[in-house]
Amino acid sequence: MAEAPPDATRLAAEARDRIRFEEEALALSDQVYRVARHVANSREEADDLVQETYVRAFRSWRSYQPGTNLRAWLLRILTNLNIDRGRRAQRTPPTQGLEANDYYLYDRLTESDGGPSDEERVVERLSQDDIVEALASVPHDFRDVIVLVDIGDFSYQDAAQILDIPIGTVMSRLHRGRRILKRELAEYVQEEAS
Amino acid sequence: MMGHNDDPCAHCEEMMQPYLDHTLSDEEMHEAEHHLDECEWCRKRYRFEQSLRVYVRTAVSEPMPAELKQKLAALRIPLN
Repeated sequence: MAEAPPDATRLAAEARDRIRFEEEALALSDQVYRVARHVANSREEADDLVQETYVRAFRSWRSYQPGTNLRAWLLRILTNLNIDRGRRAQRTPPTQGLEANDYYLYDRLTESDGGPSDEERVVERLSQDDIVEALASVPHDFRDVIVLVDIGDFSYQDAAQILDIPIGTVMSRLHRGRRILKRELAEYVQEEAS
Repeated sequence: MMGHNDDPCAHCEEMMQPYLDHTLSDEEMHEAEHHLDECEWCRKRYRFEQSLRVYVRTAVSEPMPAELKQKLAALRIPLN
């Protein structure tokens, strides 16, 4: 039996690797979308961003090192694309004093009457729309970290790599970002109460 | 008393996020738990924060539209 020429063997192996890569990347698309939906400003933007991410990923699959975190690799592409789209133009405004203490939201929710009052169910006073809108109003730099860590389940280390910022910055933005989110949520409680 | 540096509840509030993130040292974790055992005021707030995290996560997790999934599959580079 004649052996396949070395070129053909190499091409066949490469095709196999590429197919495997594409399948693995597609299997992560739900998780990629979950993050994209909230780092982008709308569903439409998220849709475009995810498609662009996959176009780029499929094109540059050779630069992915098998065995490393593919989900983080895809999200790195996505966040870079999002920044390229002019996100950097809107620098985060200084938010000193914007967030109150950590318990501000709990205090607002429990001081208004009506609805469940035990601490595990008091959150139910917030609607899904309130939460989606409040998250969208958190400044980008803080929101990206919340979305990656609290919603996307990335470690601090992965979030630092994806966003290309030091791990200490991930932690401080996460801490402040959660407070800002709670402050935004408290606004909805006040609006609904009035 | 609240907000004062010596206030154990203010200190417990500072430990709340790292406690829920499991990033406290063993010693700090012990300290937080010891305070939570004794203080209902803080315990309620920790419980609330834990529920809030789960609630927010559930509320904002939208399934990817099926149409988008199909579009992504169509982006695969065909074999020659």
